[in-house]
Amino acid sequence: MLEIKNLHVSVEGEKILKGFSLTVNAGEIHAIMGPNGAGKSTLAKVLAGHPDYEITDGSITFLGKNLLELEIDERAHLGLFMGFQYPVEIPGVTNLQFLHSALNSKRKSQGEAPLSEEVFRELLMSKMQEMEISPTFAERDINGGFSGGEKKRNEILQMAVLQPKLAVLDETDSGLDIDAMKVVAAGVKSQLDDENALILITHYQRLLDYIKPQFVHVVVDGKIAKTGGAELALKLEEKGYAIHQ
Amino acid sequence: MSTEELLAEREEYKYGFRTEIESDLFPKGLDEGTVRALSAKKEEPSFMLEFRLKAFRRWKEMTPPNWGHLDIAPIDFQDIRYYAAPKKKQELSSLDEVDPEILRTFDKLGIPLEEQKRLSNVAVDVVFDSVSLGTTFHETLEKAGVVLCSMSEAVKRYPELLEKYLGTVVPIGDNFYTALNSAVFSDGSFVYIPKGVRSPMELSTYFRINERETGQFERTLIIAEPGSYVSYLEGCTAPAYDENQLHAAVVELIAHDDAEIKYSTVQNWYAGDRKTGKGGIYNFVTKRGRCAGKRSKISWTQVEAGAAITWKYPSCILQGDDSVGEFYSVALTNGKMQADTGTKMIHLGKRTKSTIISKGISADESSNTYRGLVHISSRAEGARNFTQCDSMLVKNNCSANTFPYIEVHNDTAELEHEASTSKMNEEQLFYLQTRGISQEDAIQMIVNGFCEAVIKELPLEFAAEAQKLLTLKLEGSVG
Repeated sequence: MLEIKNLHVSVEGEKILKGFSLTVNAGEIHAIMGPNGAGKSTLAKVLAGHPDYEITDGSITFLGKNLLELEIDERAHLGLFMGFQYPVEIPGVTNLQFLHSALNSKRKSQGEAPLSEEVFRELLMSKMQEMEISPTFAERDINGGFSGGEKKRNEILQMAVLQPKLAVLDETDSGLDIDAMKVVAAGVKSQLDDENALILITHYQRLLDYIKPQFVHVVVDGKIAKTGGAELALKLEEKGYAIHQ
Repeated sequence: MSTEELLAEREEYKYGFRTEIESDLFPKGLDEGTVRALSAKKEEPSFMLEFRLKAFRRWKEMTPPNWGHLDIAPIDFQDIRYYAAPKKKQELSSLDEVDPEILRTFDKLGIPLEEQKRLSNVAVDVVFDSVSLGTTFHETLEKAGVVLCSMSEAVKRYPELLEKYLGTVVPIGDNFYTALNSAVFSDGSFVYIPKGVRSPMELSTYFRINERETGQFERTLIIAEPGSYVSYLEGCTAPAYDENQLHAAVVELIAHDDAEIKYSTVQNWYAGDRKTGKGGIYNFVTKRGRCAGKRSKISWTQVEAGAAITWKYPSCILQGDDSVGEFYSVALTNGKMQADTGTKMIHLGKRTKSTIISKGISADESSNTYRGLVHISSRAEGARNFTQCDSMLVKNNCSANTFPYIEVHNDTAELEHEASTSKMNEEQLFYLQTRGISQEDAIQMIVNGFCEAVIKELPLEFAAEAQKLLTLKLEGSVG
């Protein structure tokens, strides 16, 4: 599904990723861990297509297409989703308008008829119910005045609406208390099947107690220093990243 | 350079073309002779000539205002042409007889004038350089008793109304540009809504400047008799010339008891070269409405998206008890544009109410200023005002300023003021795009979110146009 080969990325002249490679297949869950500044968030931004990141070498193939040639919105249409570490607030635009427009953009790109607001509202309400989100969310401005937990839950709601093939969640667990994290984790888990895949970028093992990865990668200094199974995360929790540096 | 080449060079302003027609032109310059010649050309009654001459004498003694937060190069008023009109072979009896070249121009501007293509529920008066070419839906309006005609026609057909009202809301000597306009205004729209009548359709005027080095001085007068209602909209565009051009208009509105006037503007004058700032329209406009009657209401909505310099403050004199004034504004500046715009709400009557919602968007190296006055007089018992001024900056080289003035002479007044400044940043755009929304739609979504409270006040037919215009203007600044 996703194949990253020898990726080199700079931002403002500083090299962040230095030969990063990763293969993700449908049905897999990968966790990416590592110390601050190792390049974890950069990876998420590059996959989504943030304009500030310069790719100096390497390739990314997603569902058979050269991802790096696609616009940000085209990547989303193809089935890529990025969960933001810091979701952005946009005043005056309601969640309903936003998600309605986002889903219809995707449908349009796939040659499907747009959903009417009425039908979409119903769909959104059922997704919100599943995720234990208050119906008032729909009419609130995008992330406007949301608590940290609400913002992260909103990210997962967006994922549920857009039903991506590959979701890359960037520290979705940070800033959440244990109850909020359980809800978010359950929301993510309920969406996983054999057809899609998940990359979890996280600092902490605790999220992985709820969403168990098949692969754990430790990123140090811009590339993967070690890959193992779920047990690797436990070991990191105990001993820290120092041994890999 | 051909029109096509000019267009290609300035594709972001698709209205920047010139129509090749023969014009009847006054020589450049302004003296008493110019004023007399203009009045004679329009075959005006003597009271109009007197009005103009009085204004001209007043103007000679005045100097241009310089208190705006604007950098205006000195204007040589003798280097401007004060009259330009398409040459015509005979008197036109309907718009269909207008020069086909001009009809094509308005087609291109999105204002088709041919009978079969017209907008279905909007009557249009078309002003081309110094003259009105005519109005649409004449008969429908006449049946309802509603008058929409050019100022030139009104001078002949309704001299008593003009004599009674012209210059009563905006006095000749109000400021330098009102004196100038009063002396040399060449056309504009006249609207009269009789007692108890609701205008059966939206009324509008489309202003087009075509000739080089020519000023446009139009005058609009709207009179709403007791219990009547009218919604009026104006739009404006001009060719992309390298020289600055002056547009100095005066608009006067009068609302009697229980009457309501809704006045909307979508201003898209040529703004000058985006990088060098060369050329563009100086948009120096005085607009004022008098809520003369009890429970009358005047509502200004403006989307100011063009012009090199905008200096305008659509205002309300709330004279009648329980009268209501509203001002909803979006001012967008980019490139090297400068805008100093806002409103004055003058509360004279009891329990008068005003609302001011101003949204300023500045991008590139532009400067965008809100300037507003709320005046509560000593006899305005229980007056209320709500003001909200929001600014949005797109990137870092632009500026936004807010100058709210408040004068309260009655302690029963209630005033509220809210203000905010925000930034449209790459992160917001990126966020929306990662959800599959195109860059264009993302800009539109953010801008619409910001301007929503104003855009929803526009007549439906024009709200979508205005949204598109704002998005188009910002695309180059964000991308």
